[in-house]
Amino acid sequence: MRNETEVVSTPKTVKKKTIHVALFLGFFRVGIFGYGGGPSSIPLVHKEVVEHYGWFTDDEFGDLLALGNTLPGPIATKLAGYIGYRVAGPFGMINAVLATILPSILAMIALLTTLSMYKDKAWVQGMTKAVVPVVGFMLAQLTWQFTKKSKAGMGWTQSIVIIVLSLVLMEFLNVHPGIIIGLLLLYAWFGTWGSSKKKQDEYVKASGES
Amino acid sequence: MILYWKIFLAFFIPGILGYGGGPASIPLVENEVVDRYEWMSTQEFSEVLALGNALPGPIATKMGGYIGYAQAGWIGALVGIFATVAPSLILMIILLKILMKYKDSDKVKRMTITVRPAIAVLLGVMAYQFFVSSYEGAGLLQTILLIAASFLFLERFRIHPAFVIAGALVYGGIFL
Repeated sequence: MRNETEVVSTPKTVKKKTIHVALFLGFFRVGIFGYGGGPSSIPLVHKEVVEHYGWFTDDEFGDLLALGNTLPGPIATKLAGYIGYRVAGPFGMINAVLATILPSILAMIALLTTLSMYKDKAWVQGMTKAVVPVVGFMLAQLTWQFTKKSKAGMGWTQSIVIIVLSLVLMEFLNVHPGIIIGLLLLYAWFGTWGSSKKKQDEYVKASGES
Repeated sequence: MILYWKIFLAFFIPGILGYGGGPASIPLVENEVVDRYEWMSTQEFSEVLALGNALPGPIATKMGGYIGYAQAGWIGALVGIFATVAPSLILMIILLKILMKYKDSDKVKRMTITVRPAIAVLLGVMAYQFFVSSYEGAGLLQTILLIAASFLFLERFRIHPAFVIAGALVYGGIFL
């Protein structure tokens, strides 16, 4: 909108600026298309960060999501802030968080201070309703991707055991996902499967000073 | 000054106690805003929440921003947003920095692999919840129709999700 934006989009762009523009655009899209609160924006973040810009691999994104879920607080801003930080430092962090939250907060303040009648309008409710199954499908896509990755990492047997256990604990015993992830992390930390002796020695050497 | 401090506390506490993302922290926000500080009634709170849910974007920051604004203007909005976002984000950055430092070690690799099935379950459960709430809100026929359309556009034609969601918004505004 301002002249600066035009300068940024010229071919002579400094790389740093392009990254900030990309960060802003990516998370702006996440913010305005993520209906249903932060968790529904996870597939959108994945699309932008892994598939569109290639800043993170699927594995790294999985780590972010796992850790993000074991920590408290809103997930959308944790993801945006950390990704922004990794891609472009502290300013990138602020940029990505603002791009995620600002459009919707401004819309909210504008609507509530002027006319709050809209929320009961049939077309607004219709719009929200139609987005729900679409987001559901995107989450199903991500589910399948992570299932395939589990199999690639630890084989079907162990994947299925952990999937069934997690499902039973989460859904039927109402154990919080954060606790389950925490326990799995501990299991992986103290377990010894999948690591050769030589590599373990290397690790011990590498982490010796900590 | 005291008001800003109260706004900070009202959103800081749900921010560090709310496990499971923004929506999980909403009851905690209500506890602070309605019960402790009595800035609004339960009725008003649920109206703000309803509008917030009709708009896109993360819900926790929308609530923090709006309630902060309603209590103390633009600075109040900033305080509310900062208190919601900053604590958990700082924790995340520190922990991931440590993790990334050892990301080539076997232990960390094993941790990455071990949590994958749980992440799959987490996402699968969320997908299921979205389908159920769609079935309750829009009916079985519309839900199946929209899922089929999503499959077609996202998987087959590889269209960017933003356009698919925009399409769904237009469809919902007209037909639902």
